[in-house]
Amino acid sequence: MRLKKFLIFTFVIINFVGINQSYSIEPDVFVQSTVNRASEALNNKYSKEEKIEKLKQIASETVDINGIGYYTLGAYRKNISDNEINQYEMLFEQYFLKSFSSRLAEYSNPEIEVVSKEKLNENYTMVSSILVGTEQRPEVKIDWRIYTKNPENPLIRDLIIEGLSLARTQKEEFSSIIQSNDGDINALFSILKEFIK
Amino acid sequence: MKKILITSLISLMLATNVSADTDGENNLSKKNSGEVKDCFENVNRATFKFNQVLDGVIFEPVAKAYRILPSPVRAGTGNALDNLSTLVTIPNNILQGEFKKAGVNTGRFIVNTTVGVVGIFDVAEKIGFPEYEKEDYGQTLGVMGVGPGCYLVLPVLGPSTVRDTAGSFANILGGDAWYNVTVANDTQHFSDFDYYASRASSGIDFRAKNIDSFENLEKNSIDFYASVRSLYLQDRQQKIANSNAITETQNDSDWEEIEAQ
Repeated sequence: MRLKKFLIFTFVIINFVGINQSYSIEPDVFVQSTVNRASEALNNKYSKEEKIEKLKQIASETVDINGIGYYTLGAYRKNISDNEINQYEMLFEQYFLKSFSSRLAEYSNPEIEVVSKEKLNENYTMVSSILVGTEQRPEVKIDWRIYTKNPENPLIRDLIIEGLSLARTQKEEFSSIIQSNDGDINALFSILKEFIK
Repeated sequence: MKKILITSLISLMLATNVSADTDGENNLSKKNSGEVKDCFENVNRATFKFNQVLDGVIFEPVAKAYRILPSPVRAGTGNALDNLSTLVTIPNNILQGEFKKAGVNTGRFIVNTTVGVVGIFDVAEKIGFPEYEKEDYGQTLGVMGVGPGCYLVLPVLGPSTVRDTAGSFANILGGDAWYNVTVANDTQHFSDFDYYASRASSGIDFRAKNIDSFENLEKNSIDFYASVRSLYLQDRQQKIANSNAITETQNDSDWEEIEAQ
């Protein structure tokens, strides 16, 4: 009887500890692990379509697509309806995954080495890495803006290649389209729909 | 007469630049490439299209052919062209108060031009003269606090700003020793052709190094013109700041704003 009580007590304690245990992931470890997954996906044993599907899966799990979408829309998001926001979120996700995966699918077996990290504040850490050069292309410096608000689930919010921010480029691209259509968000939606076809 | 015309043109451009920045703030301090106005967007877009056609007909095919050359030949050509560009970097190092870099770059130029056979081999790097970033007169104006002014797309030459275009005129007003010994003065040793051939080769070398990136960018952009504009302005902003530190060239407030969602 005593043994039974002891076993139940032990079981409860183990479960309690297990449930409350949190695993924060270091941003540099997160980036290296994401890069390793992407490198495996870009292995030449896969067809281009397979590579794209694998990259989309990785991006869905590791990139804060909604966050980047809001950032990319900039101030325009304050002037559109909830319905338009929902439509934008849906279109942006598809646009992002297609654009992201087809950009990366061109590379084969990229070798990326994480070099250092710098904590900017509680929400962000910059992780620096190097895309190792080959005979065809020079070494490329890539920095990753990692959103660390939830340390157990860090997410990528930007890639900065040789100092050029992809998120900012995208933001300015979207802004240019909306501006040249007299602030009409539907013009952006049409272009995004055309892109993801 | 030619010099008077050029000087007048630069003065006019800088005056336009000042009026384009009448808010009195230094755009660089805002750390946002989006602040640069595209005052002539329609003309710029038309020129951009013209450049794309020209690129498709001339530069891209030539760059692709150039890429077929053996790697050491391309590397040697790139080194020799980089070595020539040092002649513009050195005076700009001095104008920006970077005297140590000016000294190292002068050493690099002398060693590479002589021992390195007109710059084909980067011997200087091997004996301890590190390679620094290139500098130009547009960057120096930026360091001195001159705002970028309006964004411009120049025929053949591509993206620029009023400030950077004005800076380029300094090259032909005596600021580029290579121009001085080839085009500006009859030195008997070099001809105009040498200068223009080196400039064209630099363009081809740059295009060849970036063929895949350009193709990828064009294919995945929904507004290629706006993407190139953004990348050019970010690149200039970073070069003027002379910094590789990401935290100095990115504006965190852009991201903090979305936390309020």
